[in-house]
Amino acid sequence: MNTSPHHGAAIEFRNVSFHVDGSRELLQALNLEVRRGETLVLLGRSGSGKTTTLKLINHLVAPTSGQLFVDGKSTDEWDVIRLRRMIGYVIQEVGLFPHFTVARNIGLVPQIEEWPADRIRQRVQELLQLVGLDGQLASRYPRQLSGGQRQRVGVARALAADPPILLMDEPFGALDPITRAELQREFLTLQKRLQKTVVFVTHDLREALLLGTRIALMEAGRLVTVLTPEEFFHSTEPLVAAYVDAFGTELNGGGKRGLS
Amino acid sequence: MNVWQFMLQNHAEVAELTLEHLWLVGVSTLLAVLVGIPLGILITRWPALNKPILGSANIIQTIPSLALFGFLLPAPWIGERADRLAILALTLYALLPLIRNTYTGIKGVDPAVVEAGRGMGMTDRQLLFQVELPLALGVIIAGVRVAAVISVGLATIAAAIGAGGLGEYIFRGLAMVNNQVILAGAIPAALLAILADISLGWLEKRLSPG
Ligand SMILES: Nc1ncnc2c1ncn2[C@@H]1O[C@H](COP(=O)(O)OP(=O)(O)O)[C@@H](O)[C@H]1O
Ligand SMILES: [Mg+2]
Repeated sequence: MNTSPHHGAAIEFRNVSFHVDGSRELLQALNLEVRRGETLVLLGRSGSGKTTTLKLINHLVAPTSGQLFVDGKSTDEWDVIRLRRMIGYVIQEVGLFPHFTVARNIGLVPQIEEWPADRIRQRVQELLQLVGLDGQLASRYPRQLSGGQRQRVGVARALAADPPILLMDEPFGALDPITRAELQREFLTLQKRLQKTVVFVTHDLREALLLGTRIALMEAGRLVTVLTPEEFFHSTEPLVAAYVDAFGTELNGGGKRGLS
Repeated sequence: MNVWQFMLQNHAEVAELTLEHLWLVGVSTLLAVLVGIPLGILITRWPALNKPILGSANIIQTIPSLALFGFLLPAPWIGERADRLAILALTLYALLPLIRNTYTGIKGVDPAVVEAGRGMGMTDRQLLFQVELPLALGVIIAGVRVAAVISVGLATIAAAIGAGGLGEYIFRGLAMVNNQVILAGAIPAALLAILADISLGWLEKRLSPG
């Protein structure tokens, strides 16, 4: 009863609802599977419940009802610290520790996991390279970095202890279009290599189509549907079509990625 | 005889009273730090304790200092010696800025930063000592600064119960209706307050992140 029958799923939501005491349901009867090694994009307008869905996965909030399985084990049964340390987390506001250098920020999980100092140093350099940052930046503080560099540090920090699962909450949302495109490309390259199970939140359809193995559309605390980018783009489901339409002119007019 | 001549003539006594004064202020501020910071942390963890703890500290502040000395007089061990009594009273006064600043300092830490830490699997303890306290340190030191400066002033009243300090001169001067003697206590006390303000202000700047 407590183990998921779907051994393939890295994450499984089974009828998960969530509300804060006395308020309306923020998430309603969510059923969703995230497969190992895929990038599942949670797409939806702001306030649709994407961030809350991510926070359920690393148990920053607990389901009000229903069950959520990570690696076949209910999040209630996981030691919450162990659970979180196997899930990389990139938050919307980046949330770098302002009083830590870049190196200490990136090395945080290895440090609390008590890796030897040499190994942490080595890993930090490895990660800086992986996310396309100069090794010299290790001794800088977050305030001395550009927005794009900060986002890269956020990603490197989430990858530090090589977690099998990665949660990314609008990681490129605050960036200028050119830097965002650059980071999206790098994400694709990186993901091809690392094959993490990624849950990626965005409200940007173009980003969803570009990065997602599958796209889960959310609307007002409900999951509308889960589709591949190809299916999504051609779907006649009203809410999906409406979302595509809203971006339509931008997608076609910009002639961006030849999706039209 | 002006105040400088008086102080020069009595320099040994001035030094002694200044040291006594520093002792009263230093020990009570230290005790307030040791008690106030943990209490401040406690009420960030247990919001239900917020009102009773901050409320009590607030009420203590409103008690006139002479009355507080009086209230504490019957306490065993404490009441036996004037300096103990004075230190306890000064500690109680210094608690409010420390509890309050520790609380607001921790609450003022960017929630995104705390959430990132928690989401990455930091324990409560790790979050507190590696993230929240370091980031709140500037605000906490500001509390120590306020407490110390207030304490320098309040400690002059300790002389009224025989606890010594620069208040001795002030009360003696009042009794003798001699302004020089009053100033011989007031000037060093003011200098101590300024010194505490500047040095802790400097520390506050140094330790404030960002
Ligand atoms: N702790 C909370 N208490 C009350 N309402 C909340 C809380 N967290 C989120 N919400 C509300 O829940 C809804 C979904 O929020 P969120 O998951 O952050 O959406 P998204 O990430 O898609 O923008 C929003 O309307 C938000 O205001
Ligand atoms: Mg969000």
